[in-house]
Amino acid sequence: MRALFRRLGLRGRSLVIAAPFAWLIVFFLIPFILVLKISFSTTEVAIPPYAPLVTWADGAIQITLHTGNFDYLFSDWEYVAAYLSSVRNAAVTAFVCLLIGYPMAYCIARSRPEWRSALLMLIVMPFWTSFLIRVYAWIGILKQNGLLNNLLLWLGIIDQPLEIMNTQTAVYIGMIYAYLPFMILPLYSTLEKLDTSLLEAASDLGAKPLRTFWSVTLPLSMPGILAGSLLVFIPAVGEFVIPSLLGGPDTLMIGTVLWNEFFSNRDWPVAATVAVALIVLLVVPLILLQRAQERQEARET
Amino acid sequence: MAASVRDTQPWLDPAAEPHIKIDKIVKTFGDFTAVDQVSLGIHKGELFSLLGGSGCGKTTLLRMLAGFVVPDAGTITLGGTDIVPLAPYERPVNMMFQSYALFPHMNVEDNVAFGLRRDGVEAKELKRRVGEVLELVQMSRFARRKPAQLSGGQRQRVALARSIVKRPQVLLLDEPLSALDRKLREATQFELVNIQEQVGITFIMVTHDQEEAMTMSTRIAVMDHGRIVQVGRPSEIYEFPASRFVADFIGSVNLFDGRLKESFADHAVVDCPDAGTELTLAQAVAHEEGYELCIAVRPEKIYIAKADAAFDFANRLTGTIKDMAYLGDSCVYHVVLATGKMLKVTEPTHGRWADQPFAREESVQVGWVPEANVLVGA
Amino acid sequence: MMKRFMRGAWFLPTALILGLAFLYGPILSVIIYSFNESQLVTVWSGFSTKWYAALLDDGQVLHAAGLSLEVALASATGALVVGTLAGYVLARFKQFHGRTLFSGMVLAPLVMPEIIMGISMLLLFVGMQDAVGWPVGRGIETIIIAHITFTTAFVAVIIQSRLADTDLSVEEAAMDLGARPIQVFFLVTLPLMAPALIAGWLLAFSISLDDLVTTSFVSGPGSTTLPLVIFSKVRLGLNPEINALATVVIALVSIVTFLAAIYQSRRSVQ
Repeated sequence: MRALFRRLGLRGRSLVIAAPFAWLIVFFLIPFILVLKISFSTTEVAIPPYAPLVTWADGAIQITLHTGNFDYLFSDWEYVAAYLSSVRNAAVTAFVCLLIGYPMAYCIARSRPEWRSALLMLIVMPFWTSFLIRVYAWIGILKQNGLLNNLLLWLGIIDQPLEIMNTQTAVYIGMIYAYLPFMILPLYSTLEKLDTSLLEAASDLGAKPLRTFWSVTLPLSMPGILAGSLLVFIPAVGEFVIPSLLGGPDTLMIGTVLWNEFFSNRDWPVAATVAVALIVLLVVPLILLQRAQERQEARET
Repeated sequence: MAASVRDTQPWLDPAAEPHIKIDKIVKTFGDFTAVDQVSLGIHKGELFSLLGGSGCGKTTLLRMLAGFVVPDAGTITLGGTDIVPLAPYERPVNMMFQSYALFPHMNVEDNVAFGLRRDGVEAKELKRRVGEVLELVQMSRFARRKPAQLSGGQRQRVALARSIVKRPQVLLLDEPLSALDRKLREATQFELVNIQEQVGITFIMVTHDQEEAMTMSTRIAVMDHGRIVQVGRPSEIYEFPASRFVADFIGSVNLFDGRLKESFADHAVVDCPDAGTELTLAQAVAHEEGYELCIAVRPEKIYIAKADAAFDFANRLTGTIKDMAYLGDSCVYHVVLATGKMLKVTEPTHGRWADQPFAREESVQVGWVPEANVLVGA
Repeated sequence: MMKRFMRGAWFLPTALILGLAFLYGPILSVIIYSFNESQLVTVWSGFSTKWYAALLDDGQVLHAAGLSLEVALASATGALVVGTLAGYVLARFKQFHGRTLFSGMVLAPLVMPEIIMGISMLLLFVGMQDAVGWPVGRGIETIIIAHITFTTAFVAVIIQSRLADTDLSVEEAAMDLGARPIQVFFLVTLPLMAPALIAGWLLAFSISLDDLVTTSFVSGPGSTTLPLVIFSKVRLGLNPEINALATVVIALVSIVTFLAAIYQSRRSVQ
């Protein structure tokens, strides 16, 4: 093997791998380990505001692991509720994104080739525009005397302004809006590769369009559906900006809880514990996503 | 110009030292043996073809010559020096890729000049050599074009120019014509041979197309399952296949299994149950009676005649025409013998007639001379 | 053949148009109301550019914008280097020890909730200060490092998919013609990756420019970036100045994307 590397001039190969690897270990992996470490600590009025795990006392190294934070997490109903409602919000977001995004992706994939990249560009463009600004835009639309209420009142559809701003509904709208492109892109890439002759074959064999969709198109687009759903679900579980700008007292998201523990209560160990619990929650979806991507890679080579 | 190796045939001389010596080369990928103990000697000026089906190891062997794949065992020497330890960029060997692998961001001229620039050839000399080689492949007019603006045939020419401009000792060609359409491929086959003879570089070509190999090669090595099963001139491979596999792989063939009945000084008689009779070979077989063997006959060596015609051949059978096809230059008949074996017979269309001379289901006689029978082993 | 599909043919284009309206409506409303005279953002009272003038007078916003640009330039460039290497490794080296860990670490930031990235980066910087005495406090360096780390993923994905599409034999051909591996990379691989490099850099730049959550954790006093300023203003309610600022940002992004698209299509024509 070594001879092969030398011959192909691949002594540099290990260097090429090592450089980004080292960066990621230092700035991505180690931070996670630190989060885990601090989650076993207790808060202190100090800089940084947590107690060290390893102490030197009476000639002995003492490692103190406080599991109190985790007990606290599971005993306090607010945390459990926040986790559950985060998962529900993310799941609903992913599902509605799928419902809206699927026909859009399908339409782009079936449009004329010269239009496709332009349409795709239209889907990606908002993603390049500031996320914060796009969420901000919804405040103007959804609030009491906002654009939506004004329009509906003017049309005479309602005679009382709707209460949307600062409710769960507003959070849903904002999250669906922000994450829709993440659903459309993977759906598009699977649907675009779908061989149209399969649809023609199904129809030739007597399947009506709806039947063809259910028994051919949908099963074949499963990889895209899975990838899109995970790409929406995973970041949506930890979303903070949208609930804090559009949500109200009834919105409970784990991202907001973590933020408040950290910035308002300055309780770093509890914040770290919340983060650890969130990572644990996301491990399964993350592994699913990695698997899906590996399969995709294997198919393409 | 020196006499062509096509005439001198240096491989017949055991004292002649081959330019490239491949000795017991082995390459495995996991538990798959791609190349298994292959040894070959290729002489200067040859246009040598590695022929075989997909997965036979021909491409792996070529890539080992180029240096992209490192053999597990064995040696490759070029002009006496071992090239296995050399990196691809250190070998005096160039390759023409199946996909042509032209650099899409460079124009034709820069593509061709790439290799010379790596060698630090000075500007004037570089310009002259690039111009010369583009002239040779008739691409001078397109020097400033990008690969995307060229047709398939033009790209093929640029790829050829790029790979010969460094005057490598050996040029490796990976399925060089497979991306061209049929007409262009036939024309290019001869052109490639002409260019090879002009530049005098040894060509080693990988192909799965037997017609291409037959047309162009000085010699062909037929490969199967990582091994070389026969090496020879195209006519040797076709007329004297060494095994059942080669007989079947190259062209079309009828095979008869049988047992030796009697061997004489200049001929032998074989009992073939398939044929329903005895067949006569034009050679002695140095084995005892009852030895199992296989006889191959090419369809074009078989004559066909009406059932009542006078017909005198050492090997004569009767049967019924089951299928036939008119191909323009020849007719193909499928004749079913009384034993149930189907025989392929090709007849050139010497005369002109609107209707077939034979009818479906017609009883016919078929026959061939003893020399047409080839012994290919069991 | 097509006729049979025609009955439902109105559905898909309608869905696409409504979906695009959903994506662009809010953005358009922000732009339109940035020219509103009234302090009340959603009540139209007349055309005015006064909020743009107000923006130019807002020292805090201008300073934050300058800082954000600085951060985005530095981190997009850093992410381009790390991300190109990572994408190259993912596309070209199919087998090495720790490949699964490597690809997991490269790609996780694409989906990882930012709040986790933020807290973990902060704890790292605090820990590093403890252990090696650097970085002292938090500021522009820590923001840049954090941004490089999570925008690397986007660059890597773009580079990887570009490399997966390019013919490997082109690199082999270069090597065959006498180019050493390092020459192959600079003369062939890199030029072929150019469009992906540009796209990757632009994406990293715009993500960095826009980042709020991670920056909140790793910024210190005196390193308030534009999103932090916008967020604190927005939390206090609608503000026509934000509309004006948003319009400027959107205009910039559109121009850059448009130029990139033209460049791309020019290249593909050549």
